[in-house]
Amino acid sequence: MPVIGTERHDSGFTITAEFDAPVERVWQLWADPRQLERWWGPPGYPATFVRHDFAVPGMSIYWMPGESGEQNYAGWEFVSIDPPVSLVVDNGFADQEGRPAGDLAWNRFTVGLEAIGTGTRMTITAGFDSPEHAEQMISLGMLEGSVAALGQADAILAEGG
Amino acid sequence: MCNQMVVDMVDAPTDADVDRIFQALADATRRDIVRRVIEREQNVSDLADRYAMSFAAVQKHVAVLERSGLVAKRRRGREQLVSPVVDTIGHARRLLDELEALWRGRIDRMAAILGEPEGKGA
Repeated sequence: MPVIGTERHDSGFTITAEFDAPVERVWQLWADPRQLERWWGPPGYPATFVRHDFAVPGMSIYWMPGESGEQNYAGWEFVSIDPPVSLVVDNGFADQEGRPAGDLAWNRFTVGLEAIGTGTRMTITAGFDSPEHAEQMISLGMLEGSVAALGQADAILAEGG
Repeated sequence: MCNQMVVDMVDAPTDADVDRIFQALADATRRDIVRRVIEREQNVSDLADRYAMSFAAVQKHVAVLERSGLVAKRRRGREQLVSPVVDTIGHARRLLDELEALWRGRIDRMAAILGEPEGKGA
């Protein structure tokens, strides 16, 4: 199992994982949209990246299939990119042009890569910007009951970060 | 223990429970009390200072909220402390559980791609 630990904060978490591949190779999973599409969405809910600037300033636009086949658009905005060791992205629901859409605030996630021997340690920090934001999502009922299924949660959270 | 029972009640409310919750929240002062209590545990006398009404009136509002299962009251020395029963912290934690599961899935899929022979999918 690649995940070696998780640390919880008030409104988020940091996951640490180790891969048996060099940093440059792991970086490609983020930089190359065709590779990104293979892991971003859960099984059965593949993400299609129609734009992936991978630059600051820059954005990505992607969609994921909804329950009845509709295309749920979401976007990334690149906050910082330092190849091949760090990446900061704001992520949330968007329209087809990548402009934030819907009621939910966008979330930030941070990726760090570090060489360990011939492998790579990756840390992902994600979560809600604030407890208020988490509560906002709760009050919108985004995760109540039927959306517990991972695939559905993924689409609805728009990769909440 | 008692708190846990109330939590269970809120998790699966009956029509009567729901009526009590709506009645409790039908009043602006009580909604304001709930907002403050969700932010942090409140002392009843501090709450009373915030509203232009008597201590007894505020206590009555708290009692209505308590009966609805929205808040719980406990004693600490001479203080009466009011805390939320609708466990927003618990909700946030569950939300984070979902988000974390999402990322763990992604990391597993990344590892699977990295484990493929050179060239595939690159």
